[in-house]
Amino acid sequence: MLLRRCGTDALLVEVDSLSEVAAVRAALQHLDGIEELVPAARTVLVKGALTEVRNVLRTVDLANVPPTTPREITIPVIYDGPDLDMVAETAGTTPDDVVKQHTAATYEVAFCGFAPGFAYLTGLPQQLRQPRLDSPRTKVPQGSVGIAGEFTAAYPRSTPGGWRLIGRTEITLFDAKAETPALMQPGDQVRFVIA
Amino acid sequence: MSGNTSTRTVTILKTGPQALVQDLGRPGNAHLGVPPSGALDQQSLKLANRLVGNEEGAAGLELLLGGAELRTETACTIAVTGPSTEVRVDGRLEDSHQPLHLAPGRTVSIGTPATGLRTYVAISGGIDAEEELGSRSTDLLSGIGPDPLRDNDVLRLGTPGQPNHADVVPPAQALQTLVIPIRLGPRDDWFEDAETQLRQGVWTVSDRSNRVGARLNGTKLNRRDGEIPSEGMITGAVQVPPDGQPVVFLNDHPTTGGYPVIGVVDHHHLHFLGQARPGTTVRFKPVD
Repeated sequence: MLLRRCGTDALLVEVDSLSEVAAVRAALQHLDGIEELVPAARTVLVKGALTEVRNVLRTVDLANVPPTTPREITIPVIYDGPDLDMVAETAGTTPDDVVKQHTAATYEVAFCGFAPGFAYLTGLPQQLRQPRLDSPRTKVPQGSVGIAGEFTAAYPRSTPGGWRLIGRTEITLFDAKAETPALMQPGDQVRFVIA
Repeated sequence: MSGNTSTRTVTILKTGPQALVQDLGRPGNAHLGVPPSGALDQQSLKLANRLVGNEEGAAGLELLLGGAELRTETACTIAVTGPSTEVRVDGRLEDSHQPLHLAPGRTVSIGTPATGLRTYVAISGGIDAEEELGSRSTDLLSGIGPDPLRDNDVLRLGTPGQPNHADVVPPAQALQTLVIPIRLGPRDDWFEDAETQLRQGVWTVSDRSNRVGARLNGTKLNRRDGEIPSEGMITGAVQVPPDGQPVVFLNDHPTTGGYPVIGVVDHHHLHFLGQARPGTTVRFKPVD
């Protein structure tokens, strides 16, 4: 674990894996005085309460994420994405089997970024892990469900994007006017079901 | 105006180049992918609010290069702050940086500031736009908050507070040359002698700058090739893309990014960049 200075009141905590990111986030998330806590692929950015943060990080156990009772979220998906056949071919299987694998797994929100409410979900079955498109789409429709590398995600709104799209959901993923604007937050458990 | 006398409003007759509703933003939501947003020159917004008897964090207008015109539809107090600019009420010259007590039906014209970029207008009661994630700020990156204002928009106002008796405050002049303190990290190890490169470089503010970031043109910062897995970004982070031309993240910045951050500008100095016109000279002063 490496602590990198980020101005006067923030630190970038660099670790080696997503599970270590989860451990750092869990250790810090209930500390008083923290203004921002931003997990990412190999880092956690923390702003505020740096003395307490350093104390906690001195004794954090990176190998064990403390057990929690995560929120469970179910996302209904219509599996008719434009890249479904390509994903099946790359995985050496059938589109039906891609759907079966994608709906059988349990995912966890590792972090959000790219756009409000865009959640990077880990737990994608090994066989479905594939690179991004060679050339990103200029417009990915809102609600699109895609995969990229070790992640799967659903697009909260229409943006450019290079993920391979296997389906779409009609559920609201982000509503800035709602009391809880983002459907998915870091640490949540997520399942996809056939709509 | 409708017959509803309990609704206090102002009408934006002309927006000028850009008129946005801004308060102090919605920090604390970066883990949802939501930028902090908020006024780029928070001191000026707070001052304007104090002058009209509002809470410092009330929503006001952030104008880009002035040029706006508004009409009072109710009795209200207005203050214009930011860099020195001409203010007229029904054509008559008035002062910026002081409270103007106005009857309904007055037209307030705000000129283009001689220096700087952003003018702030506070109105007693504050602009009562709908809150999103606890703020009324327009976030131009994410599209959260009110839309950018258009000519003839009618803005609802909140309940006015007690005007205080602030003295006239002298307007600021935006500087032609900025020397910005910067703290190295978190990714200064991507650069050979980051401190020397920053101290010896000289840049000008690009006309592609906006609320997302102040883009700088000038000395190329030499860095390693490649990208970092996306990581959290804070306001004031100086990100260096492969072309070596630094971008200082301002309030509507993306919450994560994959280019190395050579250093972070202290937030007390960010308002200078929020007021820096294209062509302004920028140097960095690495500090501990």
